[in-house]
Amino acid sequence: MSGIEESTKQAVAAERVVNDFSITVATVNGSGSQTSNLTLQRALFKMGIPVSGKNLFPSNIQGLPTWYTFRVNKDGYTARKEEQEIVVAMNPDTIEDDLKMVEPGGAFFYADHIRFEAERDDIAMYPIPAKKLAKESDASPQLRDYVANMVYVGVLAYMLNIDTEKLKMALEFHFSGKERPISLNFGVMEAAMDWAKENLEKSDPYYLEPLDKTDGFIMTDGNTAGAMGSIFGGVQFCSWYPITPASSLAEALTYYIPQLRDDYSKDGHKTYGIVQAEDELAAIGMAVGAGWSGLRSMTSTSGPGISLMSEFIGLAYYSEIPVVIWDVQRVGPSTGLPTRTSQGDLTFINFLGHGDTNHILLLPSTVDECFEFGWRSFDIAERVQTPVFVLSDLDLGMNHWMAKEFKYPDVDMDRGKVFWEEDFENMEEKWGRYLDIDGDGIPYRTLPGNKHPESGYFARGTGHDDYAAYTEDNEDWEENMARIVKKFETAKQYLPKPKMIGDGTSELGIIAFGSTEDAVIEARDKLANEGIDLDFMRVRALPLVDEIYDFIKEKGRVYVVELNRDGQMYQILKMKFPDVCGKIVSIPKHDGLPLAASWLTNAIIENERN
Amino acid sequence: MAAVNKVGLSKSDYRGAPTTLCAGCGHNSINNQIMSAAYELDMIPEDIIKFSGIGCSSKSPTYFLGRSFGFNSLHGRMPTIATGAMFGDRRLQAIAMSGDGDTANIGMGHFKHVIRRNLPMVYIIANNGVYGLTKGQFSATAEQGLKLKSQGVNQYSPIDIVMEALASSATFVARSFAGDASQVKELIKAALSHDGIAVLDIISPCVTFNNRDESHHSYGWGRQHREMIHDFNFVPIQDEIVIEDDFEEGTIRKVTMHDGSKVVLKKVSGDYDPTDRINAIKTVQEANQDDILLTGLIFVDTSADSLIDLYDLPEDRPLNRLGQDELRPPKEMLDKVNSRMF
Repeated sequence: MSGIEESTKQAVAAERVVNDFSITVATVNGSGSQTSNLTLQRALFKMGIPVSGKNLFPSNIQGLPTWYTFRVNKDGYTARKEEQEIVVAMNPDTIEDDLKMVEPGGAFFYADHIRFEAERDDIAMYPIPAKKLAKESDASPQLRDYVANMVYVGVLAYMLNIDTEKLKMALEFHFSGKERPISLNFGVMEAAMDWAKENLEKSDPYYLEPLDKTDGFIMTDGNTAGAMGSIFGGVQFCSWYPITPASSLAEALTYYIPQLRDDYSKDGHKTYGIVQAEDELAAIGMAVGAGWSGLRSMTSTSGPGISLMSEFIGLAYYSEIPVVIWDVQRVGPSTGLPTRTSQGDLTFINFLGHGDTNHILLLPSTVDECFEFGWRSFDIAERVQTPVFVLSDLDLGMNHWMAKEFKYPDVDMDRGKVFWEEDFENMEEKWGRYLDIDGDGIPYRTLPGNKHPESGYFARGTGHDDYAAYTEDNEDWEENMARIVKKFETAKQYLPKPKMIGDGTSELGIIAFGSTEDAVIEARDKLANEGIDLDFMRVRALPLVDEIYDFIKEKGRVYVVELNRDGQMYQILKMKFPDVCGKIVSIPKHDGLPLAASWLTNAIIENERN
Repeated sequence: MAAVNKVGLSKSDYRGAPTTLCAGCGHNSINNQIMSAAYELDMIPEDIIKFSGIGCSSKSPTYFLGRSFGFNSLHGRMPTIATGAMFGDRRLQAIAMSGDGDTANIGMGHFKHVIRRNLPMVYIIANNGVYGLTKGQFSATAEQGLKLKSQGVNQYSPIDIVMEALASSATFVARSFAGDASQVKELIKAALSHDGIAVLDIISPCVTFNNRDESHHSYGWGRQHREMIHDFNFVPIQDEIVIEDDFEEGTIRKVTMHDGSKVVLKKVSGDYDPTDRINAIKTVQEANQDDILLTGLIFVDTSADSLIDLYDLPEDRPLNRLGQDELRPPKEMLDKVNSRMF
């Protein structure tokens, strides 16, 4: 253990704040700060301290301002914090605003080559010799700007008491054990720690101390988890088109699948194909084609891509083809805020396609749930023979989270109702692709390559009868569409059930979904301290199930919390459960940022007291 | 007893539903040649998979090979459905039917990309220069100055599907005329033996909306302006002996296809080398300028890898029959993932 506690310096009079504060680093996009920030975050995680990191970045490769905001919290609350206790300013363009962000009593670290006028006497101010130490390091001139960011890691490490060994572990992980960049970055970090020891006097109250609260957790992002889940779900085909914030899902799939799957192929050949398509129309087209031919097939995209995919989704819904579509949501409409988070695609996807359509949506809240829904989505899609959407978002997908270890699927793969050659051998009645033999709305399908002369059929988006033959007959149309409604009723049993936090006895409730869970849990605890008790029901899938209706019915008032302007889950609840809709109150937030518990707490207090 | 081929099937085993296209439509003739080619090549319908987009041409797969699986997909998007589906069972032989609107208007992007990827598929464009199902609008292949009853005069330059295919590195490009049944059939057979994308641009007159003699997509114009680049014959692998005796040396070219069958090209006027892409582009451009409907095998490259080859898939075990043992890694692998996730 190195750092301030070993030194003879005196802590300031203020009460020590241990393992409960935020750190926000302001840098320039493209300056290599991601390495520094992830190293810091991983080191804190390895110290056993619950930690989150949110990268608030612009749609830009190089030059625009970007912020990375960490939160450490001994009690495990890791939602984004609005209050900034510690700010590190490395960007000349934003330094004056960054200074204003710091909470009174907080600490401000700034690169000492930046000139700025503003002053504050209610916080601790620490210069960082980022350029100087970078220049003195072994780094080549091209790398100096990058390693300059390691200087703030070293200074923070000394001033906050971060374990040097854990920092080293983080660097070794980040650079996959490559000696040269590890030693270069670590050298800069150590020089910065030495410099801080010689030159800085601690006058802020913030300290880190090791805990044991990250055992059984891993640190990764939702897109990687989604890709891993897909691999363990037996994905066989993925076609995709690059789009922020979804690209890293398909890229993780491409990277990991050979390592995880190739050894299990019986003849050494690949058991999957991944195609980067020419656009999202092609990405979904290929995925639907593969799903139709019997492969576990997927694509990943974001809102603008979903827009382009809508015609194909309508076709897949009506021709009853399994396919999994990941929507890592960002702020729209149009290009919107491409690098900011949102839950704005809910109603759009719920009804995606023209005519009467509705879809299955899975709504993961955590990184480990991204993994779980990664494999489970294929089971549901093949069982129900329909597109299944997984709605993640930028915050969940791209940020690094403390996540529960991935859990191996507890059920075998469900390939759904498929007839092969042998099934035709003893068949008494003529098979029909859309014939509801079991009375559950789900017909039996056959797959191309089936050699039985009665197995083939011509799939189409135009009207078809039970035997997949073209028809414009009015009764056939209505019967078929009614069967699909029945199929979706059957589907409900296969969907992830909603989860409740609380004993169910509170008069008030909260309904939320997706990446807001941490903030909702924290706000709920804060509100309990204020005397406002709420049960929290987290919706994990659409279509909505009866448990959610019962939850609302039993409450006096239910707040529906979500990251969009119009309260889209609120709209769906109102439409689905009209007789209880007077009880629900919409609390939407749509500023592109991960939800903060303080904002939600205040919003509910305000509503309760007015 | 009806005659049967070597796999014991009669011609009726290759039929589809009765056509609902107009009497005299060029597409019906193409459909007939697809059925004949499959019958004569002793193909099993279950080994064929059909794809189409939207339009009169794309309705066609209903009217042939009724036992085969098929997918009538979206307007312009057929190549994408086909690409994904062909990963399911690589042993299947894909036949796609599209039209000029489906391919050269709404689907141009996918057309070029499916060529670039060299998906093993016979890609037939039944090209009539006009939209049929929506009643007679110009398509992108309609010649400049074409007059249509309800549409007036076409202002724009046409897109030449063969030139687009050549420019996109297509590995098999042919043009034919629905009025020449035997050439259509022979070209389809050759295309079926090609391991890669085989683009067949077949001028297929629309008798209802675009069949006046001066129209470049009419029967009359085709008969008058057609020139065969060579006399074309397809020789299946088992019949190879025949050709050695049939022609004098120097008057024929032979191209060996991927499966060992041969295409025999008999000189008509000058010698034409269908393996020379630059010459192919030049020849087609010159023919277009001279108002010649040049037909035959315009380009072929039998050496390129197909899309499916690039993916190193199992050769005789279709992906869509693999089970959990090969698709879901064991729990130890997940433990490893968890331990490596920091």
